[in-house]
Amino acid sequence: MSAPANVPSADLANWYDLDEHDHPEGGSTLLGFWIYLMSDCLIFAMLFAAFGVVGGNYAAGPGPKDLFDLPLVALNTAMLLFSSITYGFAMLAMQRGNVKAVQGWLLVTGLFGAAFLSIELYEFAHLIHEGATPQRSAFLSAFFTLVGTHGLHVTFGLIWLGVLVVQVGQRGLVAANQRRLMCLSLFWHFLDVVWIGVFTFVYLLGMLR
Amino acid sequence: MSAAHDVHAGEDGAAHGTMRDYVIGFVLSVVLTAIPFWLVMADPLGNKALTGGIVVIFAAVQIVVHMIFFLHMNTKSEGGWNMLALLFTVVLVVIVLSGSFWVMHHLNTNMMPMSHDMPELP
Repeated sequence: MSAPANVPSADLANWYDLDEHDHPEGGSTLLGFWIYLMSDCLIFAMLFAAFGVVGGNYAAGPGPKDLFDLPLVALNTAMLLFSSITYGFAMLAMQRGNVKAVQGWLLVTGLFGAAFLSIELYEFAHLIHEGATPQRSAFLSAFFTLVGTHGLHVTFGLIWLGVLVVQVGQRGLVAANQRRLMCLSLFWHFLDVVWIGVFTFVYLLGMLR
Repeated sequence: MSAAHDVHAGEDGAAHGTMRDYVIGFVLSVVLTAIPFWLVMADPLGNKALTGGIVVIFAAVQIVVHMIFFLHMNTKSEGGWNMLALLFTVVLVVIVLSGSFWVMHHLNTNMMPMSHDMPELP
């Protein structure tokens, strides 16, 4: 579109809004991070689709009923759920401006996250020890890829969490740290949402096959 | 002073939770997790298809609970762009999942008949 002829050249700046108005630093970080999470969600959708398609192909090997231990999965789910609410407590402490409480709740969250990962690694080690390796069948390949990708996300979340404990300790709850805490909050709760899909479609429905 | 200002600025963009939100979300999640595990482990219904359907419904409800109480999704945060991105993603996920299962189900059904007890491959 060209500028109308009746606008004097002095007003062109206003007409085109050439003046960059103020964009506060980090103003779009949370939306951008949310869009990253949505693309991550698509990765998990692909892995769920792959598991759904080949999840019944045992290649005459062990199936879910031979391998899965539901009480262990329930314990794992509880660990992740506890870590979700303790992260919520960290966010509430952040809103109150209480540095020590933020660090404390982050550490509690980290402990629950580490417990989740340990249980998952124990489960994987147990499966591999029984010969149920990713190479054994399409079902096991898809299982290890899907659950392993989730576990990898939790691992990176734990590293990020540790970094934030240090950063909050160094500089307090400045705007940048609050923004980081809110991004990790989205990430952490998002991983819990993905886990709902995992324990439902992989473990519970697997036992019903 | 700047910290107080920043907290206020945050309220325009991303939504914050309250203690009430987190506790309600946690209690609902515990209930919505415990019931499906009980349904599968104790098998009180004795019907696999029915149990599976109920378990999936519980998962869908729990995902919505997490979205509202933990991720604080609403139509106002970030001027509605959060919700728009989420809806777009949900549409894509539904297409990917239903499309994959539909195509692969037909492929399996219409494939050449094949012996299911194939000899072990080397």
